[in-house]
Amino acid sequence: MEKLINDFSLGLFFWQFLIFVGLIFLLKKFAWKPILDAVNEREEGIRNALLSAENAKKEMQNLKSDNEKLLAEARLERDTMMKEAREIKEKMINDAKAEAQTAGQKMIEQAKASIESEKNAALAELKAQVSTLSLDIAEKLLKDELSNKEAQTKLVEKMLGDVKLN
Amino acid sequence: MVFSKKPLRFIIATLVAFLPLVSSANPTVDSTQVSAETTHAVETTHGESAEPKDVKTEIKEFIDHHLKDSYDFNIFGYKDEAGKQHHVGFPLPVILIDNGLQVFSSSKFHNDHEVAEVNGTFYKLHHGKIYKVDSAQGEVTMDEHHHATNEKPLDFSITKNVFMIFVVALIMFLLFKSLAKSYVKNGGIASGVGRIFEPIVLYVRDEIAIPNIGEKHYKRYMSYLLTIFFFIWFLNIFGLTPLGINVTGNIAVTACLALITYLITTFTAKKDYWGHIFWMPGVPVPMKFILAPIELLGTIIKPFSLMIRLYANIVAGHIVLMSLIGLMFVFKNWIGSSLSFFLSFAISLIEILVALLQAYIFTMLSALYFGSAVEEHHHDEAHH
Repeated sequence: MEKLINDFSLGLFFWQFLIFVGLIFLLKKFAWKPILDAVNEREEGIRNALLSAENAKKEMQNLKSDNEKLLAEARLERDTMMKEAREIKEKMINDAKAEAQTAGQKMIEQAKASIESEKNAALAELKAQVSTLSLDIAEKLLKDELSNKEAQTKLVEKMLGDVKLN
Repeated sequence: MVFSKKPLRFIIATLVAFLPLVSSANPTVDSTQVSAETTHAVETTHGESAEPKDVKTEIKEFIDHHLKDSYDFNIFGYKDEAGKQHHVGFPLPVILIDNGLQVFSSSKFHNDHEVAEVNGTFYKLHHGKIYKVDSAQGEVTMDEHHHATNEKPLDFSITKNVFMIFVVALIMFLLFKSLAKSYVKNGGIASGVGRIFEPIVLYVRDEIAIPNIGEKHYKRYMSYLLTIFFFIWFLNIFGLTPLGINVTGNIAVTACLALITYLITTFTAKKDYWGHIFWMPGVPVPMKFILAPIELLGTIIKPFSLMIRLYANIVAGHIVLMSLIGLMFVFKNWIGSSLSFFLSFAISLIEILVALLQAYIFTMLSALYFGSAVEEHHHDEAHH
Protein backbone atom coordinates (compact mmCIF):
# COMPACT_ATOMS: atom_id res chain seq x y z
CA MET A 1 0.00 0.00 0.00
CA GLU A 2 2.81 2.36 0.93
CA LYS A 3 4.54 1.49 -2.32
CA LEU A 4 1.35 2.24 -4.23
CA ILE A 5 1.01 5.65 -2.62
CA ASN A 6 4.68 6.31 -3.23
CA ASP A 7 4.22 5.34 -6.88
CA PHE A 8 1.29 7.68 -7.26
CA SER A 9 2.33 10.57 -9.42
CA LEU A 10 0.16 13.65 -9.21
CA GLY A 11 1.49 15.00 -12.49
CA LEU A 12 0.58 11.84 -14.36
CA PHE A 13 -2.82 11.82 -12.69
CA PHE A 14 -3.38 15.41 -13.72
CA TRP A 15 -2.39 14.85 -17.34
CA GLN A 16 -4.28 11.60 -17.55
CA PHE A 17 -7.44 13.28 -16.23
CA LEU A 18 -7.06 16.23 -18.56
CA ILE A 19 -6.33 14.19 -21.67
CA PHE A 20 -8.89 11.53 -20.94
CA VAL A 21 -11.75 13.88 -20.22
CA GLY A 22 -10.79 15.91 -23.26
CA LEU A 23 -10.68 12.75 -25.32
CA ILE A 24 -14.14 11.69 -24.14
CA PHE A 25 -15.67 14.98 -25.23
CA LEU A 26 -13.74 15.18 -28.49
CA LEU A 27 -14.60 11.62 -29.43
CA LYS A 28 -18.19 12.14 -28.37
CA LYS A 29 -18.53 15.06 -30.74
CA PHE A 30 -16.46 13.81 -33.66
CA ALA A 31 -16.67 10.05 -33.45
CA TRP A 32 -19.07 8.27 -31.13
CA LYS A 33 -22.13 10.32 -31.90
CA PRO A 34 -21.78 10.16 -35.69
CA ILE A 35 -20.78 6.49 -35.54
CA LEU A 36 -23.67 5.43 -33.33
CA ASP A 37 -26.09 7.61 -35.26
CA ALA A 38 -24.94 6.10 -38.55
CA VAL A 39 -25.15 2.59 -37.15
CA ASN A 40 -28.59 3.24 -35.71
CA GLU A 41 -29.73 4.71 -38.97
CA ARG A 42 -28.40 1.71 -40.84
CA GLU A 43 -30.06 -0.70 -38.46
CA GLU A 44 -33.29 1.22 -38.78
CA GLY A 45 -32.92 1.02 -42.55
CA ILE A 46 -32.35 -2.71 -42.42
CA ARG A 47 -35.31 -3.18 -40.11
CA ASN A 48 -37.52 -1.12 -42.40
CA ALA A 49 -36.33 -2.99 -45.46
CA LEU A 50 -37.07 -6.31 -43.80
CA LEU A 51 -40.46 -5.08 -42.71
CA SER A 52 -41.36 -3.82 -46.16
CA ALA A 53 -40.15 -7.08 -47.68
CA GLU A 54 -42.37 -8.94 -45.25
CA ASN A 55 -45.27 -6.68 -46.16
CA ALA A 56 -44.64 -7.19 -49.86
CA LYS A 57 -44.59 -10.91 -49.25
CA LYS A 58 -47.86 -10.70 -47.40
CA GLU A 59 -49.36 -8.59 -50.15
CA MET A 60 -48.21 -11.12 -52.70
CA GLN A 61 -49.80 -13.84 -50.66
CA ASN A 62 -53.00 -11.84 -50.49
CA LEU A 63 -52.93 -11.26 -54.21
CA LYS A 64 -52.30 -14.90 -54.79
CA SER A 65 -55.17 -15.96 -52.60
CA ASP A 66 -57.33 -13.33 -54.29
CA ASN A 67 -56.38 -14.76 -57.60
CA GLU A 68 -57.19 -18.21 -56.42
CA LYS A 69 -60.53 -17.03 -55.18
CA LEU A 70 -61.26 -15.34 -58.45
CA LEU A 71 -60.20 -18.43 -60.31
CA ALA A 72 -62.41 -20.60 -58.16
CA GLU A 73 -65.29 -18.24 -58.72
CA ALA A 74 -64.68 -18.25 -62.42
CA ARG A 75 -64.54 -21.99 -62.40
CA LEU A 76 -67.77 -22.16 -60.48
CA GLU A 77 -69.40 -19.75 -62.86
CA ARG A 78 -68.16 -21.70 -65.80
CA ASP A 79 -69.49 -24.86 -64.27
CA THR A 80 -72.92 -23.37 -63.69
CA MET A 81 -72.89 -21.90 -67.12
CA MET A 82 -71.99 -25.21 -68.63
CA LYS A 83 -74.63 -26.91 -66.58
CA GLU A 84 -77.19 -24.40 -67.69
CA ALA A 85 -76.08 -24.77 -71.26
CA ARG A 86 -76.36 -28.48 -70.98
CA GLU A 87 -79.81 -28.14 -69.56
CA ILE A 88 -80.81 -25.76 -72.27
CA LYS A 89 -79.40 -28.08 -74.84
CA GLU A 90 -81.27 -30.98 -73.36
CA LYS A 91 -84.43 -29.00 -73.27
CA MET A 92 -83.97 -27.81 -76.79
CA ILE A 93 -83.37 -31.31 -77.99
CA ASN A 94 -86.39 -32.52 -76.12
CA ASP A 95 -88.48 -29.68 -77.41
CA ALA A 96 -87.22 -30.27 -80.90
CA LYS A 97 -87.96 -33.93 -80.58
CA ALA A 98 -91.44 -33.28 -79.33
CA GLU A 99 -92.04 -30.77 -81.99
CA ALA A 100 -90.68 -33.06 -84.63
CA GLN A 101 -92.86 -35.81 -83.35
CA THR A 102 -95.96 -33.66 -83.43
CA ALA A 103 -94.95 -32.36 -86.81
CA GLY A 104 -94.36 -35.87 -88.07
CA GLN A 105 -97.61 -36.99 -86.61
CA LYS A 106 -99.31 -34.14 -88.26
CA MET A 107 -97.66 -34.87 -91.53
CA ILE A 108 -98.62 -38.48 -91.28
CA GLU A 109 -102.14 -37.43 -90.51
CA GLN A 110 -102.10 -35.11 -93.41
CA ALA A 111 -100.58 -37.77 -95.60
CA LYS A 112 -103.15 -40.21 -94.49
CA ALA A 113 -105.88 -37.72 -95.13
CA SER A 114 -104.51 -36.84 -98.49
CA ILE A 115 -104.10 -40.50 -99.35
CA GLU A 116 -107.64 -41.06 -98.33
CA SER A 117 -108.83 -38.15 -100.39
CA GLU A 118 -106.63 -39.21 -103.30
CA LYS A 119 -108.01 -42.69 -103.01
CA ASN A 120 -111.52 -41.35 -102.92
CA ALA A 121 -110.77 -39.11 -105.82
CA ALA A 122 -109.26 -42.02 -107.68
CA LEU A 123 -112.22 -44.16 -106.88
CA ALA A 124 -114.54 -41.47 -107.97
CA GLU A 125 -112.59 -41.03 -111.16
CA LEU A 126 -112.52 -44.76 -111.62
CA LYS A 127 -116.22 -44.88 -111.09
CA ALA A 128 -116.70 -42.11 -113.53
CA GLN A 129 -114.41 -43.77 -115.99
CA VAL A 130 -116.15 -47.10 -115.49
CA SER A 131 -119.43 -45.45 -116.00
CA THR A 132 -118.11 -43.72 -119.14
CA LEU A 133 -116.59 -46.96 -120.24
CA SER A 134 -119.77 -48.73 -119.45
CA LEU A 135 -121.65 -46.11 -121.34
CA ASP A 136 -119.24 -46.52 -124.27
CA ILE A 137 -119.57 -50.23 -124.12
CA ALA A 138 -123.21 -49.84 -123.71
CA GLU A 139 -123.32 -47.55 -126.71
CA LYS A 140 -121.25 -49.93 -128.76
CA LEU A 141 -123.27 -52.81 -127.53
CA LEU A 142 -126.30 -50.92 -128.11
CA LYS A 143 -125.17 -50.25 -131.62
CA ASP A 144 -124.33 -53.95 -132.04
CA GLU A 145 -127.28 -55.16 -130.15
CA LEU A 146 -129.50 -53.14 -132.07
CA SER A 147 -128.57 -55.58 -134.60
CA ASN A 148 -128.58 -58.46 -132.24
CA LYS A 149 -131.06 -57.31 -129.75
CA GLU A 150 -131.44 -60.39 -127.75
CA ALA A 151 -127.88 -61.21 -127.23
CA GLN A 152 -127.29 -57.58 -126.33
CA THR A 153 -129.76 -57.35 -123.71
CA LYS A 154 -128.45 -60.44 -122.11
CA LEU A 155 -125.02 -58.92 -122.09
CA VAL A 156 -126.20 -55.67 -120.64
CA GLU A 157 -127.92 -57.42 -117.94
CA LYS A 158 -124.94 -59.49 -117.21
CA MET A 159 -122.73 -56.41 -117.12
CA LEU A 160 -125.02 -54.50 -114.95
CA GLY A 161 -125.08 -57.44 -112.66
CA ASP A 162 -121.31 -57.33 -112.46
CA VAL A 163 -121.43 -53.66 -111.74
CA LYS A 164 -123.82 -54.11 -108.98
CA LEU A 165 -121.64 -56.75 -107.51
CA ASN A 166 -118.92 -54.31 -107.43
CA MET B 1 3.04 4.33 -34.28
CA VAL B 2 5.09 2.66 -36.89
CA PHE B 3 6.73 0.37 -34.36
CA SER B 4 3.55 -1.35 -33.31
CA LYS B 5 3.01 -2.62 -36.82
CA LYS B 6 6.19 -4.62 -36.81
CA PRO B 7 6.17 -6.41 -33.49
CA LEU B 8 8.43 -9.24 -34.59
CA ARG B 9 11.16 -6.93 -35.69
CA PHE B 10 10.96 -5.10 -32.44
CA ILE B 11 10.95 -8.19 -30.32
CA ILE B 12 14.27 -8.95 -31.96
CA ALA B 13 15.28 -5.35 -31.39
CA THR B 14 14.50 -5.64 -27.67
CA LEU B 15 16.42 -8.84 -27.40
CA VAL B 16 19.34 -7.03 -28.92
CA ALA B 17 18.68 -4.15 -26.58
CA PHE B 18 18.68 -6.47 -23.61
CA LEU B 19 22.06 -7.95 -24.34
CA PRO B 20 24.21 -4.96 -23.35
CA LEU B 21 21.95 -4.16 -20.44
CA VAL B 22 22.68 -7.39 -18.68
CA SER B 23 26.40 -7.14 -19.16
CA SER B 24 26.84 -3.57 -17.95
CA ALA B 25 25.25 -1.08 -15.61
CA ASN B 26 22.01 0.43 -16.65
CA PRO B 27 22.80 4.12 -16.46
CA THR B 28 19.23 5.19 -15.89
CA VAL B 29 19.34 3.46 -12.54
CA ASP B 30 22.02 5.11 -10.58
CA SER B 31 24.34 2.75 -8.79
CA THR B 32 24.12 4.60 -5.49
CA GLN B 33 20.36 4.37 -5.53
CA VAL B 34 20.60 0.65 -6.04
CA SER B 35 22.96 0.28 -3.12
CA ALA B 36 20.60 2.27 -0.98
CA GLU B 37 17.65 0.13 -1.87
CA THR B 38 18.94 -3.35 -2.54
CA THR B 39 21.37 -4.65 0.02
CA HIS B 40 22.61 -7.45 -2.16
CA ALA B 41 23.69 -5.06 -4.89
CA VAL B 42 27.38 -4.66 -5.31
CA GLU B 43 28.56 -1.53 -3.55
CA THR B 44 30.00 0.97 -5.97
CA THR B 45 31.20 4.48 -5.51
CA HIS B 46 29.50 7.26 -7.34
CA GLY B 47 31.00 8.49 -10.57
CA GLU B 48 33.36 5.56 -11.04
CA SER B 49 32.78 2.89 -13.65
CA ALA B 50 30.45 0.31 -12.16
CA GLU B 51 31.72 -3.15 -11.39
CA PRO B 52 29.85 -5.94 -13.18
CA LYS B 53 26.70 -6.72 -11.27
CA ASP B 54 24.91 -9.93 -10.66
CA VAL B 55 22.67 -10.75 -13.68
CA LYS B 56 19.65 -11.38 -11.48
CA THR B 57 20.01 -7.98 -9.84
CA GLU B 58 20.41 -6.41 -13.24
CA ILE B 59 17.17 -7.97 -14.40
CA LYS B 60 15.34 -6.96 -11.25
CA GLU B 61 16.53 -3.39 -11.65
CA PHE B 62 15.58 -3.37 -15.28
CA ILE B 63 12.08 -4.58 -14.50
CA ASP B 64 11.72 -2.08 -11.67
CA HIS B 65 12.87 0.64 -13.97
CA HIS B 66 10.50 -0.46 -16.70
CA LEU B 67 7.48 -0.45 -14.40
CA LYS B 68 8.20 3.14 -13.40
CA ASP B 69 7.44 6.20 -15.40
CA SER B 70 10.41 8.01 -16.86
CA TYR B 71 11.24 11.51 -17.98
CA ASP B 72 12.55 10.55 -21.39
CA PHE B 73 11.36 8.20 -24.09
CA ASN B 74 13.95 5.47 -24.27
CA ILE B 75 13.40 2.97 -27.08
CA PHE B 76 16.51 0.85 -26.63
CA GLY B 77 20.08 1.09 -25.50
CA TYR B 78 23.26 -0.56 -26.66
CA LYS B 79 26.92 -0.54 -25.89
CA ASP B 80 29.55 0.38 -28.46
CA GLU B 81 32.99 -1.22 -28.80
CA ALA B 82 34.50 1.21 -26.35
CA GLY B 83 32.03 0.04 -23.74
CA LYS B 84 30.11 3.26 -23.78
CA GLN B 85 26.38 3.05 -23.23
CA HIS B 86 24.16 4.58 -25.92
CA HIS B 87 20.46 5.19 -25.67
CA VAL B 88 18.15 5.54 -28.60
CA GLY B 89 15.20 7.71 -27.73
CA PHE B 90 14.29 11.28 -27.14
CA PRO B 91 14.00 13.57 -24.11
CA LEU B 92 10.63 14.90 -22.98
CA PRO B 93 9.83 18.24 -21.36
CA VAL B 94 9.96 18.47 -17.59
CA ILE B 95 7.42 20.87 -16.11
CA LEU B 96 7.81 21.77 -12.44
CA ILE B 97 5.90 24.21 -10.30
CA ASP B 98 8.52 25.55 -7.94
CA ASN B 99 8.62 29.32 -7.51
CA GLY B 100 6.74 29.66 -10.76
CA LEU B 101 6.74 27.41 -13.77
CA GLN B 102 10.02 25.63 -14.58
CA VAL B 103 10.12 24.02 -18.00
CA PHE B 104 13.23 22.26 -19.25
CA SER B 105 14.22 19.23 -21.27
CA SER B 106 14.80 15.95 -19.46
CA SER B 107 18.11 15.65 -21.33
CA LYS B 108 19.48 18.04 -18.68
CA PHE B 109 19.44 15.17 -16.22
CA HIS B 110 21.80 13.07 -18.28
CA ASN B 111 25.08 14.08 -16.76
CA ASP B 112 27.21 12.29 -14.26
CA HIS B 113 25.16 13.35 -11.27
CA GLU B 114 21.74 13.39 -12.90
CA VAL B 115 21.35 16.88 -11.53
CA ALA B 116 19.75 19.58 -13.65
CA GLU B 117 20.33 23.23 -12.98
CA VAL B 118 17.43 25.48 -13.93
CA ASN B 119 17.38 29.20 -13.08
CA GLY B 120 19.74 28.63 -10.20
CA THR B 121 17.80 25.76 -8.69
CA PHE B 122 19.16 22.21 -8.73
CA TYR B 123 16.95 19.22 -9.33
CA LYS B 124 18.02 15.63 -9.00
CA LEU B 125 16.45 12.56 -10.47
CA HIS B 126 16.19 9.88 -7.84
CA HIS B 127 14.23 6.64 -8.25
CA GLY B 128 12.24 8.16 -11.08
CA LYS B 129 11.23 11.18 -9.03
CA ILE B 130 12.56 14.72 -9.06
CA TYR B 131 13.95 16.16 -5.80
CA LYS B 132 15.36 19.55 -5.05
CA VAL B 133 19.04 19.52 -4.08
CA ASP B 134 21.24 22.39 -3.01
CA SER B 135 24.17 22.07 -5.43
CA ALA B 136 25.34 20.36 -8.62
CA GLN B 137 26.94 17.65 -6.49
CA GLY B 138 23.97 17.52 -4.14
CA GLU B 139 22.69 14.17 -2.97
CA VAL B 140 19.25 13.06 -1.96
CA THR B 141 19.43 12.40 1.76
CA MET B 142 17.63 9.45 3.24
CA ASP B 143 16.06 8.87 6.61
CA GLU B 144 16.24 5.50 8.36
CA HIS B 145 13.28 4.15 6.34
CA HIS B 146 15.02 4.95 3.06
CA HIS B 147 12.64 7.79 2.42
CA ALA B 148 14.01 10.85 0.75
CA THR B 149 13.91 13.90 2.99
CA ASN B 150 14.53 16.41 0.22
CA GLU B 151 11.81 18.73 -0.93
CA LYS B 152 9.81 17.55 -3.94
CA PRO B 153 8.59 20.21 -6.34
CA LEU B 154 5.11 19.86 -7.86
CA ASP B 155 5.74 17.80 -10.96
CA PHE B 156 3.58 18.19 -14.06
CA SER B 157 6.15 16.88 -16.51
CA ILE B 158 5.27 15.36 -19.83
CA THR B 159 6.68 11.98 -18.89
CA LYS B 160 6.89 8.90 -21.06
CA ASN B 161 3.45 7.80 -19.85
CA VAL B 162 1.89 11.20 -20.45
CA PHE B 163 3.46 11.17 -23.89
CA MET B 164 1.98 7.75 -24.61
CA ILE B 165 -1.43 8.85 -23.35
CA PHE B 166 -1.18 11.73 -25.82
CA VAL B 167 -0.20 9.36 -28.61
CA VAL B 168 -3.02 6.92 -27.87
CA ALA B 169 -5.52 9.76 -27.56
CA LEU B 170 -4.37 11.06 -30.93
CA ILE B 171 -4.55 7.62 -32.54
CA MET B 172 -8.03 7.07 -31.15
CA PHE B 173 -9.20 10.46 -32.25
CA LEU B 174 -7.92 10.04 -35.81
CA LEU B 175 -9.06 6.42 -36.06
CA PHE B 176 -12.62 6.91 -34.89
CA LYS B 177 -12.99 10.21 -36.65
CA SER B 178 -12.10 8.48 -39.91
CA LEU B 179 -14.57 5.73 -39.07
CA ALA B 180 -17.28 8.32 -38.43
CA LYS B 181 -16.43 10.05 -41.69
CA SER B 182 -16.49 6.84 -43.69
CA TYR B 183 -20.16 6.35 -42.78
CA VAL B 184 -21.03 9.63 -44.39
CA LYS B 185 -18.86 9.00 -47.42
CA ASN B 186 -19.87 5.41 -47.96
CA GLY B 187 -23.61 5.66 -47.45
CA GLY B 188 -23.89 4.20 -43.97
CA ILE B 189 -21.34 1.44 -44.40
CA ALA B 190 -17.97 1.69 -42.70
CA SER B 191 -14.83 1.55 -44.78
CA GLY B 192 -11.14 1.76 -44.22
CA VAL B 193 -9.18 0.84 -41.13
CA GLY B 194 -11.92 1.88 -38.71
CA ARG B 195 -14.08 -0.86 -40.10
CA ILE B 196 -12.28 -3.40 -37.92
CA PHE B 197 -13.44 -1.52 -34.86
CA GLU B 198 -17.06 -1.16 -35.87
CA PRO B 199 -18.04 -4.64 -34.60
CA ILE B 200 -16.28 -3.85 -31.34
CA VAL B 201 -18.17 -0.58 -31.00
CA LEU B 202 -21.37 -2.51 -31.60
CA TYR B 203 -20.28 -5.16 -29.11
CA VAL B 204 -19.75 -2.53 -26.43
CA ARG B 205 -23.19 -1.16 -27.17
CA ASP B 206 -25.10 -4.43 -27.46
CA GLU B 207 -23.29 -6.64 -24.96
CA ILE B 208 -21.94 -4.23 -22.39
CA ALA B 209 -24.04 -1.07 -22.32
CA ILE B 210 -27.56 -2.21 -23.11
CA PRO B 211 -27.72 -5.35 -20.88
CA ASN B 212 -26.17 -3.59 -17.89
CA ILE B 213 -27.64 -0.11 -18.11
CA GLY B 214 -30.85 -0.75 -20.00
CA GLU B 215 -32.35 0.53 -23.24
CA LYS B 216 -33.63 3.66 -21.60
CA HIS B 217 -30.47 5.20 -20.22
CA TYR B 218 -27.56 3.57 -22.01
CA LYS B 219 -27.07 6.32 -24.59
CA ARG B 220 -25.81 8.78 -21.98
CA TYR B 221 -22.93 6.51 -21.02
CA MET B 222 -21.92 5.25 -24.46
CA SER B 223 -19.26 7.90 -25.07
CA TYR B 224 -17.53 7.15 -21.81
CA LEU B 225 -17.76 3.37 -22.14
CA LEU B 226 -16.44 3.35 -25.69
CA THR B 227 -13.65 5.78 -24.89
CA ILE B 228 -12.53 3.90 -21.79
CA PHE B 229 -12.70 0.54 -23.52
CA PHE B 230 -10.52 1.53 -26.46
CA PHE B 231 -8.26 3.67 -24.31
CA ILE B 232 -7.42 0.84 -21.92
CA TRP B 233 -7.20 -1.72 -24.69
CA PHE B 234 -4.88 0.35 -26.86
CA LEU B 235 -2.65 1.27 -23.94
CA ASN B 236 -2.50 -2.36 -22.80
CA ILE B 237 -1.50 -3.42 -26.29
CA PHE B 238 1.11 -0.66 -26.49
CA GLY B 239 2.42 -1.94 -23.18
CA LEU B 240 3.11 -5.28 -24.82
CA THR B 241 5.16 -3.80 -27.65
CA PRO B 242 8.89 -3.56 -27.13
CA LEU B 243 8.48 0.20 -26.73
CA GLY B 244 8.48 -0.66 -23.06
CA ILE B 245 5.71 1.51 -21.81
CA ASN B 246 3.56 0.72 -18.82
CA VAL B 247 0.74 3.23 -18.73
CA THR B 248 -2.19 1.12 -17.56
CA GLY B 249 0.11 -0.53 -15.03
CA ASN B 250 0.48 2.82 -13.34
CA ILE B 251 -1.60 3.48 -10.26
CA ALA B 252 -2.16 7.16 -11.09
CA VAL B 253 -3.68 6.26 -14.46
CA THR B 254 -5.99 3.54 -13.15
CA ALA B 255 -6.91 5.74 -10.20
CA CYS B 256 -7.91 8.48 -12.60
CA LEU B 257 -10.04 6.12 -14.69
CA ALA B 258 -11.68 4.65 -11.60
CA LEU B 259 -12.30 8.13 -10.23
CA ILE B 260 -14.08 9.18 -13.41
CA THR B 261 -16.25 6.07 -13.23
CA TYR B 262 -17.02 6.91 -9.59
CA LEU B 263 -17.85 10.52 -10.41
CA ILE B 264 -20.12 9.57 -13.29
CA THR B 265 -21.88 6.96 -11.15
CA THR B 266 -22.37 9.43 -8.32
CA PHE B 267 -23.53 12.36 -10.37
CA THR B 268 -25.90 10.52 -12.65
CA ALA B 269 -27.40 8.38 -9.88
CA LYS B 270 -31.14 8.48 -9.45
CA LYS B 271 -33.18 8.67 -6.25
CA ASP B 272 -33.47 4.89 -6.03
CA TYR B 273 -29.70 4.49 -5.90
CA TRP B 274 -29.33 6.73 -2.87
CA GLY B 275 -32.44 5.20 -1.36
CA HIS B 276 -30.80 1.82 -1.52
CA ILE B 277 -27.66 3.10 0.11
CA PHE B 278 -29.06 5.11 3.02
CA TRP B 279 -32.41 3.47 3.63
CA MET B 280 -32.37 -0.06 2.27
CA PRO B 281 -35.92 -1.09 1.52
CA GLY B 282 -37.27 -4.45 2.56
CA VAL B 283 -35.17 -4.94 5.72
CA PRO B 284 -35.99 -4.23 9.38
CA VAL B 285 -35.27 -0.71 10.61
CA PRO B 286 -32.21 -1.55 12.78
CA MET B 287 -30.66 -3.30 9.79
CA LYS B 288 -31.10 -0.18 7.74
CA PHE B 289 -28.77 1.66 10.11
CA ILE B 290 -26.19 -1.09 9.85
CA LEU B 291 -26.43 -1.40 6.10
CA ALA B 292 -26.12 2.31 5.33
CA PRO B 293 -22.40 2.68 6.15
CA ILE B 294 -21.64 -0.66 4.49
CA GLU B 295 -23.41 0.36 1.32
CA LEU B 296 -21.77 3.76 1.39
CA LEU B 297 -18.38 2.15 1.75
CA GLY B 298 -19.32 -0.19 -1.09
CA THR B 299 -19.70 2.72 -3.48
CA ILE B 300 -16.04 3.60 -2.83
CA ILE B 301 -14.79 0.03 -2.81
CA LYS B 302 -16.26 -0.61 -6.24
CA PRO B 303 -14.14 1.94 -8.13
CA PHE B 304 -11.22 1.13 -5.84
CA SER B 305 -11.37 -2.49 -6.97
CA LEU B 306 -11.48 -1.25 -10.57
CA MET B 307 -8.32 0.70 -9.98
CA ILE B 308 -6.43 -2.14 -8.28
CA ARG B 309 -7.63 -4.82 -10.70
CA LEU B 310 -6.37 -3.09 -13.81
CA TYR B 311 -3.15 -1.95 -12.17
CA ALA B 312 -2.33 -5.34 -10.67
CA ASN B 313 -3.14 -7.32 -13.78
CA ILE B 314 -1.01 -5.21 -16.05
CA VAL B 315 1.90 -4.92 -13.63
CA ALA B 316 1.83 -8.66 -12.96
CA GLY B 317 1.78 -9.38 -16.68
CA HIS B 318 4.72 -7.09 -17.30
CA ILE B 319 6.73 -8.52 -14.42
CA VAL B 320 6.12 -12.13 -15.47
CA LEU B 321 6.89 -11.42 -19.10
CA MET B 322 10.04 -9.47 -18.39
CA SER B 323 11.24 -12.00 -15.83
CA LEU B 324 10.85 -14.76 -18.38
CA ILE B 325 12.75 -12.75 -20.95
CA GLY B 326 15.36 -12.05 -18.30
CA LEU B 327 15.65 -15.76 -17.56
CA MET B 328 17.12 -16.23 -21.01
CA PHE B 329 20.17 -14.30 -19.88
CA VAL B 330 20.31 -16.06 -16.55
CA PHE B 331 20.39 -19.50 -18.16
CA LYS B 332 22.67 -18.59 -21.03
CA ASN B 333 22.44 -22.03 -22.53
CA TRP B 334 20.51 -23.50 -25.43
CA ILE B 335 18.03 -25.55 -23.42
CA GLY B 336 17.13 -23.14 -20.65
CA SER B 337 17.14 -20.00 -22.76
CA SER B 338 15.08 -21.44 -25.57
CA LEU B 339 12.65 -22.87 -23.01
CA SER B 340 12.20 -19.48 -21.44
CA PHE B 341 11.87 -17.98 -24.89
CA PHE B 342 8.92 -20.21 -25.70
CA LEU B 343 7.50 -19.67 -22.26
CA SER B 344 7.68 -15.90 -22.67
CA PHE B 345 6.19 -16.27 -26.13
CA ALA B 346 3.24 -18.18 -24.70
CA ILE B 347 2.84 -15.63 -21.91
CA SER B 348 2.91 -12.86 -24.51
CA LEU B 349 -0.03 -14.47 -26.26
CA ILE B 350 -1.89 -14.71 -22.97
CA GLU B 351 -1.03 -11.09 -22.23
CA ILE B 352 -2.61 -10.04 -25.52
CA LEU B 353 -5.77 -11.73 -24.32
CA VAL B 354 -5.42 -10.14 -20.89
CA ALA B 355 -5.02 -6.74 -22.53
CA LEU B 356 -8.43 -7.12 -24.15
CA LEU B 357 -9.97 -8.85 -21.15
CA GLN B 358 -8.98 -6.13 -18.70
CA ALA B 359 -10.35 -3.44 -21.00
CA TYR B 360 -13.55 -5.46 -21.24
CA ILE B 361 -13.80 -6.00 -17.48
CA PHE B 362 -13.20 -2.36 -16.68
CA THR B 363 -15.84 -1.28 -19.19
CA MET B 364 -18.24 -4.00 -18.14
CA LEU B 365 -18.02 -3.17 -14.44
CA SER B 366 -18.27 0.55 -15.11
CA ALA B 367 -21.43 -0.16 -17.09
CA LEU B 368 -22.69 -2.29 -14.22
CA TYR B 369 -22.17 0.53 -11.73
CA PHE B 370 -23.86 3.00 -14.05
CA GLY B 371 -26.68 0.52 -14.43
CA SER B 372 -27.18 0.34 -10.68
CA ALA B 373 -27.11 4.14 -10.50
CA VAL B 374 -29.97 4.60 -12.95
CA GLU B 375 -31.90 1.44 -12.12
CA GLU B 376 -35.51 1.97 -11.14
CA HIS B 377 -37.00 -0.44 -8.66
CA HIS B 378 -40.71 -0.86 -8.78
CA HIS B 379 -40.99 -3.84 -6.46
CA ASP B 380 -39.01 -3.13 -3.34
CA GLU B 381 -39.90 -6.39 -1.66
CA ALA B 382 -38.40 -8.28 -4.58
CA HIS B 383 -35.05 -6.63 -4.06
CA HIS B 384 -32.15 -8.51 -2.45
